Amino acid sequence: MNNPYFDLLMFARGPLFDLALLVFVAGILIRIVEILVLGRKKDFSKAKGKPVQQGIKTIFTRTLPRPGAIKANPITIVGGYVFHIGFFIAFLLFVPHIALIEALTGLSWPGVGRVIIESATVIAVIAGLALLYTRWKDPVRRKLTTWVDYLVLILSLLPLITGYVAVNKLFGDPTFMMALHILSVDILMIVFPFTKLMHAFTFAMARYYNGSIQGRKGAES
Amino acid sequence: MSSSPLLPKMMKAHGVSRRSFLKYCASLTSLMALPPAMAPRIAHALETAPRPSVIWLSFQECTGCTEAITRSSAPSLEELIFDSISLDYHHTLQAASGYAAEQAREEAMKEHHGKYLVIVDGSIPLDEPGFSAIAGISNLDMLKETAEGAAAIVSVGTCAAYGGLPQANPNPTGAVAVSDIIKDKPIINVPGCPPIPMVMTAVLAHYLTFGIPDLDELGRPKAFFAESIHDRCYRRPFYDKGLFAESFDDAGARAGWCLYKLGCKGPTTKSVCATVKWNDSTSFPIEAGHGCLGCTEPDFWDNGGFYKPLSAPAGEYRRMGQAALVAGVAAGIGGGYLAKKNKAKAQADHETVDAFTLEKEESES
Amino acid sequence: MRNSSNSRADLVQLKEAVANLPTGNAPPILSEILEALGRLVDRAEPTVIDLGAIPFTGGDEKVLQEVLGNGEVNAVLDAMGESHIQETGIPGVWRVDHSDPKGEVQSRFIEITFVPDILKTQSEDALRGQEILAERLSERLRATN
Repeated sequence: MNNPYFDLLMFARGPLFDLALLVFVAGILIRIVEILVLGRKKDFSKAKGKPVQQGIKTIFTRTLPRPGAIKANPITIVGGYVFHIGFFIAFLLFVPHIALIEALTGLSWPGVGRVIIESATVIAVIAGLALLYTRWKDPVRRKLTTWVDYLVLILSLLPLITGYVAVNKLFGDPTFMMALHILSVDILMIVFPFTKLMHAFTFAMARYYNGSIQGRKGAES
Repeated sequence: MSSSPLLPKMMKAHGVSRRSFLKYCASLTSLMALPPAMAPRIAHALETAPRPSVIWLSFQECTGCTEAITRSSAPSLEELIFDSISLDYHHTLQAASGYAAEQAREEAMKEHHGKYLVIVDGSIPLDEPGFSAIAGISNLDMLKETAEGAAAIVSVGTCAAYGGLPQANPNPTGAVAVSDIIKDKPIINVPGCPPIPMVMTAVLAHYLTFGIPDLDELGRPKAFFAESIHDRCYRRPFYDKGLFAESFDDAGARAGWCLYKLGCKGPTTKSVCATVKWNDSTSFPIEAGHGCLGCTEPDFWDNGGFYKPLSAPAGEYRRMGQAALVAGVAAGIGGGYLAKKNKAKAQADHETVDAFTLEKEESES
Repeated sequence: MRNSSNSRADLVQLKEAVANLPTGNAPPILSEILEALGRLVDRAEPTVIDLGAIPFTGGDEKVLQEVLGNGEVNAVLDAMGESHIQETGIPGVWRVDHSDPKGEVQSRFIEITFVPDILKTQSEDALRGQEILAERLSERLRATN
């Protein structure tokens, strides 16, 4: 006699995770290495400022919204922040996740308690839904949005929702919900390299590039 | 044999007072996780229950389940409960052997056809009948033959309930559970490796008093398998606070922190280990400092490693990750150079065009 | 490297830490008792609460003891192991703790009632008492004759 939910969980933790890891790691590396190998055309002009310093600085300064942005698009900016912070608290400070990262990389760090994790999860989901809503509500943004954008946002929310349901046993069989949680992460990992989710890795390169161009011209970021 | 000597008479013979009986019923109600108001009904049912004939079949097993259930009788009334069934065949415990033993089984089957209870421990090999046989009868044949006239079957232990250790990958004997073979009889699964002795006797008591208990989708009595060990674990507050032992002898382990990172399967394992406990409620594995192995769940031998955290991947992720690293970098470099070459080629193929040529082309067309 | 006596001390420490770890289940039980006491006063309706049905540790017991305190009645049953039946400092609220013959706790209850049923002599036992007494008297009569 088998427990089909358990079998699904083992599939999500086992072969499917292996596949997802392969696609995730190889896919990200292909894209990053490709960008690096392709390189940039050499700028022969004499630098008027400090390109490297400005480039590195920009990686961090661009983390803050430019003046007036919050007023213009409050939900997008604040919701974006809240979603990212909440997502990373839930992802990186929940001990079972740390155990997963430790199994993969050997790296480990202390986690935090359930109250913080669950609050972060709930807030991140609310922020994500708000982002989804504004994207759909605003006619301009709606025109700019492709189905992949919706897909990516929903796929990023699913692990949070399924994880919360599984841990709190809100509904459904807990083993089944845990299997769904890991399945949702597997799928997120698989689509990651092929979508805008790549920004998690390329943002630093893009910001550095922008910052160093401006820095070379003598502008401060 | 089962001419129902009623429990009260037997208790009287043993010099047990009615008050002791009520006390036992109260404790039994608590153990069966029934509301306390049910105690009088249990008392009544125990008093009027007939003594069914029981045939105990042992297949591919280690006798651990039998060892365990014999330890359950420390309170003497549980011994009485056991006396209130007629154990007509159990090849480890019975005095008779050989033909006499098999004859006892056949007689019980004939005499109590349709009414006897079959208890099975151990899984059944399907690949070769000779892998496990008793008195020249293969396990499969004996199970089919004995189950035919049974009122119900209790699969005791994870091997009988779900295949257990014999079925673990790569399952060399083709072992299956009782429920994989018998489809037309009510089957109560009491999994565990072994099951908690008190749970086994309480399920039997429940069968004697109220018949088949409420079962979950894996055939387990809900009274004992409805909640995860994690939810009832005394270490749960540490899990909630984010305090985890990192090794079996670190400060956290000594302070009794959660064993999740050391591979505890409590969150996906349903059993009453944390509340009923073992050895007359002395302790249970987690209290002894070891994580739960998940032994009441199907396929617990293949659940990704006893010492691996539940959240850790269970497959060939290390090799896959290394392969992905190498392949990703290689493909990235390859792709990059290819793109560079394309770019250079595009540049080389690019024809410079000036305004005069364009004008000329325009006038020509 | 640690010697065995050291690890034994650790074990004892661990046991104590575990036993004293409150789960926070005492306060809801206490309000349940209050509600049940209301039913007992209004309608003479008794209630039994099974402490084995929820995680309830030594730390929780402490909280319960602090709030309920000790009362006037303290009885020990000797029926297949000891049972302690105590009225708490709150009249109408009883502790009923059953142990097996080895002294291991079997079950723990809180009864909200005028007198726990288990204290009363059961009619079957009284019947047996009648038989035994009659027998003893007749034996005595025979002996003196």
